[in-house]
Amino acid sequence: MALLLVQTLNGLQLGIILFLISAGLTLVFGVMNFVNLAHGAQYMVGAYLAAWLIGLTGNFWLGLALTLPATLAFGLALEALIYRHLYNRDPLDQILATFGLILFIDEGVKTIWGAEPISVDTPAALAGGVALMPGLLYPIYRLALIGAGLAVAALLYLIVNHTRVGMRVRAGASNSAMISALGIDIGRLFLIVFGLGATLAGLAGALVAPILSVEPGMGDSVLILVFVVIVIGGVGSIRGAFLGALLVGLIDTLGRAFGPALLDLAMNPSAASQTGRSLTPMLIYLLMAGVLFVRPSGLFPVKR
Amino acid sequence: MNWRAVVPGFGFAALALVPLAARWGPEAYALNLATRALIFALAAMSLQFMLGCGGLVSFGQAAYLGLGAYAAAILARYGGGDLLLEAGTAIPAAALFAVATSAISLRAKGVYYIMSTLAFGQMLYFFFVSLSALGGDDGVTLDARARLAGTDWLASDRAFYYAALAALALGYLLLDRIVGSRFGRVLGAIRQNPLRVRALGFEPFRYQLAACAISAALCAVAGVLLANLNSFVSPAFMTWQRSGDLIVMTVLGGVGSLGGAILGALAYLLASELVSTYTEHSGLWIGPALVLVALRGRGLAGLVWGGR
Repeated sequence: MALLLVQTLNGLQLGIILFLISAGLTLVFGVMNFVNLAHGAQYMVGAYLAAWLIGLTGNFWLGLALTLPATLAFGLALEALIYRHLYNRDPLDQILATFGLILFIDEGVKTIWGAEPISVDTPAALAGGVALMPGLLYPIYRLALIGAGLAVAALLYLIVNHTRVGMRVRAGASNSAMISALGIDIGRLFLIVFGLGATLAGLAGALVAPILSVEPGMGDSVLILVFVVIVIGGVGSIRGAFLGALLVGLIDTLGRAFGPALLDLAMNPSAASQTGRSLTPMLIYLLMAGVLFVRPSGLFPVKR
Repeated sequence: MNWRAVVPGFGFAALALVPLAARWGPEAYALNLATRALIFALAAMSLQFMLGCGGLVSFGQAAYLGLGAYAAAILARYGGGDLLLEAGTAIPAAALFAVATSAISLRAKGVYYIMSTLAFGQMLYFFFVSLSALGGDDGVTLDARARLAGTDWLASDRAFYYAALAALALGYLLLDRIVGSRFGRVLGAIRQNPLRVRALGFEPFRYQLAACAISAALCAVAGVLLANLNSFVSPAFMTWQRSGDLIVMTVLGGVGSLGGAILGALAYLLASELVSTYTEHSGLWIGPALVLVALRGRGLAGLVWGGR
């Protein structure tokens, strides 16, 4: 029971992080029709900048506050130098460019900060644990992370659904040519969407810095999970990204924790442990295949 | 003069001369590099067929490479290490996996299709990572190179190079015929306008599914050869970065041209090798080069002769 609670919280936390990264990317896909493989690398840069700035200032909160504009600036620089020239181009050119960017950013990070993982201390105010049950301590920082993620999700929901900019973003995801024809400056809209995505990815990177080791290539594995989230949720849908992210986070975490044990009950133990270990990492991909089979444009497709 | 036949002919003839030239250099190293380049050229060409002819941007091509490699490793372990047998096992296995997964991914269009192929590739990757019977993450070693129809001709590196070259040339001829056939024309038409093709009475799904199976089968052959070249197989053969590499090779050579995929693969591998002899931070040079090619458009040809 205690283990189930801990693993559910861990799953929730992975889901929240995935949501922060995929919320921006799903809009970039949906509004700009742009295949940005380097989004995971932007998350990694966020983590590195946070580690560096927190170390430099000696203060977690100041470092975090400086990381957000820094990742925004990094994202906007990429947009101005490269991405802007690739909208309306063949997706293959976008893949080629952003794949090249991954190679460059991964290597660049290694050159600047070294290949060894960097660890970041949790802020003093959030250090230690809280007793969820008698004898069960759960780190406060992880709970705070879940709370912060939910707050950002709520804020994003308000912006996208109840402001003028949000309305334009939603309209852009449905039909960007039409809103351009209606006199909306589409270049500015793209910039807003892209900046939002870059900042959210940077925020996710900064938030995980104290609990994960910050290392080169950390964005690559996350990127694939984020793709799964977007395919499940539906390209261009924030709501889909939120539910997809929680689903992927919970299923992946709980599956790895309890999958082999559940199979033990059904089969003889040695066969079950082998099948379990092989099957559980595949669970979320099987989930994605199932969703694609039933609803080819995801659970919450954007109306066109 | 039929240039369409002459140019590839000269190309393959030039490739056949490589082992002779290698005698004047570090022979073992040069032959290994050249064989690897040919194998990746075969894999890139199989992707080009899907991508250039069929318009299907598959980001999971390395899965087929890995399936072929693991088929070779499993057969070699249980004493069935013959190249023909290995290819004969790898081809249906990869085609089957392609049909099963593409039947689902082809329901998705555009960006969805790209991401779903990527996810299926990762699914297979994680399957092999956690399959401890085959070494899991560490991979498996092949005791000896495969035999060919019962003989040990392939034991010589030079002969193995020619086997890879033969596979590449046969694959080229096969795909060239398919692209020019009725099937290939329907496939190309689907890429341009699936709605009209459907109105003409063709079901696009079947043609695309068949294209995925053909592409997977050829890529699996490349996987078998790669396993035998390295005498080693690991899940690293099928990471999504590998799929990305294959897309890079295909796009570098110019989308739509089978020969372009071969040139792209040779150029990308040789350039990576060359850069990594001068610096350990090769990504700092290769990455921006790819960005530059993408910004110019139309692959390497676009970089040299101006973009679109």
